[in-house]
Amino acid sequence: MARYLTHRLLALLPVMAVVVTIVFLLIHLIPGDPVSVMLGPDATEVQIEATRRAMGLDRPIHEQLLLFYSRILRGDLGQSYFLDRPVTTALWERAEPTLVLTFSALLVAVIIGVPSGILAGAYRGSLWDRTLMTGALMGVCIPGFWLSLNFIYLFAVQLGWLPAAGYTSLFVDPMATLRHMVLPAVSLGFNQSALIARIARSCMLEVLQQDYIRTARAKGLSQQAVVYEHAFRNAMVPVTTVIGITMAILIGGAVVTEIVFNIPGLGRLIISAILRRDYPVVQGVVLVTAAAYVLINLVVDMVYAFIDPRIRYE
Amino acid sequence: MSDMMQERSQNQPPDATAATARNRRPRWMRRLLRHPNVVFGSLIFLGLLLVALFADTLSTHKPTRLFPANRLTAPSVQNYLGTDEFGRDVYSLVLHGSRVSLIVGGVTMLLTSLGGVVIGLAAGYSRRLDPVIMRFMDGLMAFPAILLAIALMAARGPGVWNVIVALSIVYMPRTAMLIRSTVLSLRELDYVQAARALGRRDLTLAYRHILPNCMGPLLVQGTFIFAYAVLAEAILGFLGVGVPPYVPSWGNVIASGKNTIREAYWVSFFPGAALTLAGLSLNLLGDGLRDTLDPRLRVQ
Repeated sequence: MARYLTHRLLALLPVMAVVVTIVFLLIHLIPGDPVSVMLGPDATEVQIEATRRAMGLDRPIHEQLLLFYSRILRGDLGQSYFLDRPVTTALWERAEPTLVLTFSALLVAVIIGVPSGILAGAYRGSLWDRTLMTGALMGVCIPGFWLSLNFIYLFAVQLGWLPAAGYTSLFVDPMATLRHMVLPAVSLGFNQSALIARIARSCMLEVLQQDYIRTARAKGLSQQAVVYEHAFRNAMVPVTTVIGITMAILIGGAVVTEIVFNIPGLGRLIISAILRRDYPVVQGVVLVTAAAYVLINLVVDMVYAFIDPRIRYE
Repeated sequence: MSDMMQERSQNQPPDATAATARNRRPRWMRRLLRHPNVVFGSLIFLGLLLVALFADTLSTHKPTRLFPANRLTAPSVQNYLGTDEFGRDVYSLVLHGSRVSLIVGGVTMLLTSLGGVVIGLAAGYSRRLDPVIMRFMDGLMAFPAILLAIALMAARGPGVWNVIVALSIVYMPRTAMLIRSTVLSLRELDYVQAARALGRRDLTLAYRHILPNCMGPLLVQGTFIFAYAVLAEAILGFLGVGVPPYVPSWGNVIASGKNTIREAYWVSFFPGAALTLAGLSLNLLGDGLRDTLDPRLRVQ
């Protein structure tokens, strides 16, 4: 296991190097002079020159890249021009709502997705199977942000059951956090539950065709015992991977959901940073989410290797 | 009437020829036409395509015309799907929005397929290029797709072409990896080895023997990328970083409906329903194509 872990960690280095390079290049994709774009039309020549020097943009590009690497390695993501503080500070301030949203949506996705998939797979071709899989198809097709708006209209505007927007910190009032999270988490998690349900179903079908299931049936075990004691656990092995991938996708989805529900997280941070042309913040959010994405995938692979020893020896 | 009958009988081949024509159809096509998902998905998609083509004729109003006195009116005979906060006709906006969606989806599909084939073939063929290309693709895949698209749009600014380029960069690695893995498994097969032993050059080998066998997976992947791109375009528009706000697109209209959701549900509801329909048609088509063309990927 230790050898596998080391191997996987080493494989991350080139990926992260490419990620950092792409984030670095973002500034250079800006058409024209990035500094004058950033400072707007009112900036003087002197200001532009000073900012350019402060950002190191006056140096040759390979030097800039090396500088960027060394700054990232020191954990320095630069300075936000608009918020007037280091980007890392701004990220820390906005991380809580995004994390809470991502985890609650994951919870929703798993709670809906896993039982639906297992049920549909166990009773293939039944009315349950067809209903659940039609639901899953709709779950894949309905855009999450549109679902959010419909939820707001129905549950907040018409029925008045839940708040339409906003966020209360978990450390201030957990009950209020919960009330604020219900609609965002359900609308974000619903799409992903569909993916989990489809995979869980096909894993279940595959497991149910194995010889040991036939043996279990031949022993005279009931359908329930076969499904829940023998098939379920084995079908869950690949599903764990999907749950991990889901988590990574949810980080991206959270950005959009935060805009709909006015949640002050990383998503709102990046969108407002784009509108203010605060590029260091854009770079910071993209880099941090990509790093989180890569780490989650690593953890998922580790869990998978832990559950299924065959993976380690490949 | 009789003219029509005559014409039909002239166009209609005798039964025997019809039967052979049917038999001459390749087996995969017959299988496709029997698959309900494919038929249903293509019909919806065809409908959308017609709407996009004839949006000007079908519209009752000019979609970009602002009419503030008529803002936020509910669906009625004058405005089938109501009006938005600027008094624009939602029905005409939805019809015209399909154009942006289909153009972005279609061109992104073409660009990712083209780029994916070139990169995938290069990686699958050249043992020297492979690690470099694949590390770069891994790096691109390490970003959450929508975030990378947002970041690219942030740098390049709003615009239809910028959306297409951003989404093509985001989704290209998936196609490239698919083609690479197909090439890797194909190039060890006997018939490819035989062609190589006959002295065929690498490029001929790739074009004549490998590429045709990649078409099935490529088409399936392309359909799903079409679906992702339509959705991603709407998301970018909704966030205000996609096509410019004055261009009628589903995402832009939904964004304007978000501001007025308390008074007027219809502004965001109908473009969203159109988006869902487009997603449904492409997903049905993709699932069906996968079942018929690429049995390896079949979900039972």
